Amino acid sequence: MYAIDHHDLGTPPSTSQTMVSIEIDGRPFAVPEGTSVMRAAALAGVSIPKLCATDSLKSFGSCRLCLVEIEGRKGYPASCTTLVADGMKVRTESDKLHQLRKGVVELYVSEHPLECEGCPADKHCELQDMAAVHGVTGSPYIAGDSCPPRVTAESRAISYQTDTSNPYFNFNPELCIVCSRCVRACDETQGTLALTISGRGLASQVAASQSESFVESECVSCGACVEACPTAALSEKSLLSFTKPTQAITTTCAYCGVGCSLKAEVADGKVARMVPNRDGHANQGHACVKGRFAYGYATHADRLTKPMIRATLSDPWREVSWDEAIGHAASEFKRIQAKYGRGAVGGITSSRCTNEETWLVQKLVRAAFGNNNVDTCARVCHSPTGYGLKQTLGESAGTQAFTSVMKANVVLLMGANPTEGHPVFASQLKRALRAGAKLIVIDPREIALVNGPHIKAEHHLQLRPGTNVAMINALAHVAVTEGFVKDDYVAARCEMASFNKWREFVAQERNSPEAVEAVTGVPAASVRAAARLYASAVNGAIYYGLGVTEHSQGSTTVLGIANLAMATGNIGREGVGVNPLRGQNNVQGSCDMGSFPHELPGYRHVSDNAVRGSFEAVWGVTLDNEQGLRIPNMFEAALDGTFKGMYIQGEDIAQSDPNTQHVVAALTSLECLVVQDIFMCETAKFAHVLLPGSSFLEKDGTFTNAERRISRVRKVMEPLPGLADWEVTMRLANALGHPMHYDHPSQIMAEIASLMPTFTGVTYEKLERLGSIQWPCNDAAPEGTPTMHIDQFVRGKGKFFVTEYVPTRERSSSRFPLLLTTGRVLTQYNVGAQTRRTENNVWHSEDRVEIHPHDAENRGIADGDWIGITSRAGETVLRAQVTDRVQPGVIYTTFHFPESGANVVTTENSDWATNCPEYKVTAVEVVKVDKPLDWQIRFRQNRDARLPSRHKAPAAV
Amino acid sequence: MHAEQLVQMVNDISAFFAPQFPEAEAAAEVAGHLKRQWEKRMRLQIVEILNSGEGAFSPVGRAAIALLAAEATRPAG
Repeated sequence: MYAIDHHDLGTPPSTSQTMVSIEIDGRPFAVPEGTSVMRAAALAGVSIPKLCATDSLKSFGSCRLCLVEIEGRKGYPASCTTLVADGMKVRTESDKLHQLRKGVVELYVSEHPLECEGCPADKHCELQDMAAVHGVTGSPYIAGDSCPPRVTAESRAISYQTDTSNPYFNFNPELCIVCSRCVRACDETQGTLALTISGRGLASQVAASQSESFVESECVSCGACVEACPTAALSEKSLLSFTKPTQAITTTCAYCGVGCSLKAEVADGKVARMVPNRDGHANQGHACVKGRFAYGYATHADRLTKPMIRATLSDPWREVSWDEAIGHAASEFKRIQAKYGRGAVGGITSSRCTNEETWLVQKLVRAAFGNNNVDTCARVCHSPTGYGLKQTLGESAGTQAFTSVMKANVVLLMGANPTEGHPVFASQLKRALRAGAKLIVIDPREIALVNGPHIKAEHHLQLRPGTNVAMINALAHVAVTEGFVKDDYVAARCEMASFNKWREFVAQERNSPEAVEAVTGVPAASVRAAARLYASAVNGAIYYGLGVTEHSQGSTTVLGIANLAMATGNIGREGVGVNPLRGQNNVQGSCDMGSFPHELPGYRHVSDNAVRGSFEAVWGVTLDNEQGLRIPNMFEAALDGTFKGMYIQGEDIAQSDPNTQHVVAALTSLECLVVQDIFMCETAKFAHVLLPGSSFLEKDGTFTNAERRISRVRKVMEPLPGLADWEVTMRLANALGHPMHYDHPSQIMAEIASLMPTFTGVTYEKLERLGSIQWPCNDAAPEGTPTMHIDQFVRGKGKFFVTEYVPTRERSSSRFPLLLTTGRVLTQYNVGAQTRRTENNVWHSEDRVEIHPHDAENRGIADGDWIGITSRAGETVLRAQVTDRVQPGVIYTTFHFPESGANVVTTENSDWATNCPEYKVTAVEVVKVDKPLDWQIRFRQNRDARLPSRHKAPAAV
Repeated sequence: MHAEQLVQMVNDISAFFAPQFPEAEAAAEVAGHLKRQWEKRMRLQIVEILNSGEGAFSPVGRAAIALLAAEATRPAG
């Protein structure tokens, strides 16, 4: 069932610019060429009956309900599959049409009786609607003595048993009308093709994979089939526990950087279900298992709802009032600054919080603390993107809209695994690939897109971890030496001196695919073929992820990617570009909002007197002109004794940051740690003040996704702690002596727009009107900027940089012969604080280590064995998963569970330019062991020991 | 902060700029990067390390920190 407020137009829109004139029921209309008669009628306000058609799927023409009469044509064509033609005259209602349609409905009802009471789809069921429209209250085929008995499971030779295996939705075959919308949604919307219609005739039935249960099948639980189903055959389990939703509130997902637009359907002040917004610009009506279903954490029993304080880490927590907690935090920060100096405190903003909240935290640090010691979790993910794209192109952001990929001929995907990390973009990418685009994957691991049942990459350059720069140089070498450079483009748009220097560098033989083969491990012929494919493409697009940035040369690789794209003329139009896939939903926004210690909002250096002056004028304070500490620098300064207080909003650095022992040592050395979070996260265990946070469902604001798209977050329910996060920060600033007064986040956005040139035209009113806006949005682009750098680069001329490959210090050795790299899975998210508190654990209940069969056999390790992983930083124990997805010499794990301790073994090695940690390369050794380490065993027992009982985690988590 | 780590960070930055420019220019680029990216107490500490003669700096790294040191001692104005 699509959203309760969705007005379905039957078939997808046509993209044609040519208009044709038609007449519907005697009234003239003009619609784009290629539009179906059904959609044209719907646009004209005429609803043609339908069951197998819906506007998210291509027309199918199976239900025969949408028949119409067309002047000059024989018979009764289906309006969903008939396209408009100039001068066409359509009649949508007649006695004959009514008779035909009624007969069809009666046939459907013979297999799906109108026993609607108690059905989750009651009053939102398309069959129920069609029956009402045609006055059908039963079927003559099951009513009389002359008719055969009602069709049964036995007579259809199928099972009517409801499949309840998926934790979020049921499949009840008895309610299925075999319209194929679910099968088509799995194909066209999601691109997994897990569903099919098995059997023939009366035995036709929807089946998952080879007639397996949904949870055991290939199904990725995206919910596209459930959204497409016209009845309750596929319906959310949550609907069984709520009264009918009466309101749909459009908001934005709080998981990955795709930033899907969702509709929260509300009943009795609670979310009854979450449905993708078909008008959503980022997601085009799709969602994934996280955004669609895994929102239950928001009302989990573990939620913190009362402020708490304690004097020392060994003291028990004491619940206090908001005033006392905030007063205590403020007085501690003031005390610390008086004793140790102005720079002894700082703050961390969150990519899980809204732009407005992030703005307030950095403002608090700059205006109330009086320094620039503010940083954000982008430090540990995409800070090299910010640096590299600013240096080369002039703006720290991706260049395209997601839909741009549909115009790409070749997609180069580097260090990203979209089917796991950015699943809704992955679906769009798969649509592009199935429409003919070619894919090049650069990844140490065989991700699903390399060799799937329906998608195959042209080239998989399976390089060794840590050799990205050598690879990007080799690709550039081919482009330069084989004549693929777009000389006219470069001459018109780039700094020639920098280009010439770069060209001379990459053309050197030492950067050839043959020369670097020994470094990357990738056959030179494959690299040459891939380079030719990308560089010769009409439209070549690069998408990349944390596999690019989280390296000691992360920034260098980003520079190299931009070099390659500029040299081949692949920036500045649709279908091309440099596109960072952001990890968390508001990474782009938190960076935009001035969360870096060296940049004021809008990526402008704190030393810029004019920029600083504009902020000082509005904020009424003098701002520090010296950049502040980055997160790892804060840790070091804490251990040195010069940094004593932190305010952390919505980040769990004790779990997410590398070298856990080092992080813990730093956190325990603080005199005041204030953590604002929705859960008792790992970092909160080292806090002195706990400020309960609010989830995305409990507040208003905006998120900015990976395509620079600003979308509204709308309050669906009241904040469980009583205050939204922005209100808490505001109170803290006031207690610190810097006045902040906002009645609503829209007022914060007004301040943002007044101070950021790229946001000048952004208002909540405009967001309401347009749905979303891609910045820059200003006088030059009043409705936003889907594609950047169209006529020229933001910095003026594009700048090339020489990108010398410098091997990481984390190299395999006799002591640590394997390289550990990390990633994420579809069903869990980041440190797992949200998804671990949902049914998503059904799919992923523990982190495992992937190890190649060769390495496993050498060490006597079998699938499922406990293996100890040791690096120079620490050791942990995880279960082995023996697979050839990883290459020999490389192991891989995820980091969603704190007891996994993945970051116990990662090191403090970091990117040269930004200090982004090198999560993707850690030299390790693994050995078979009998059990987890004692700390891991104790973890579960001890982790909640200091909590009041109601904050203890459930045993199942 | 860990002296060895700070020096290593300077050398990593130098390893990026060294291939792009002649040594003096590369040193100026490194110094510029540090002035725009590193917090003051880190810059003071790296200068102290240079002055102590103990840091295992690369040539460009050493020249860059010498530039920072010279600026720190230069009279204002």
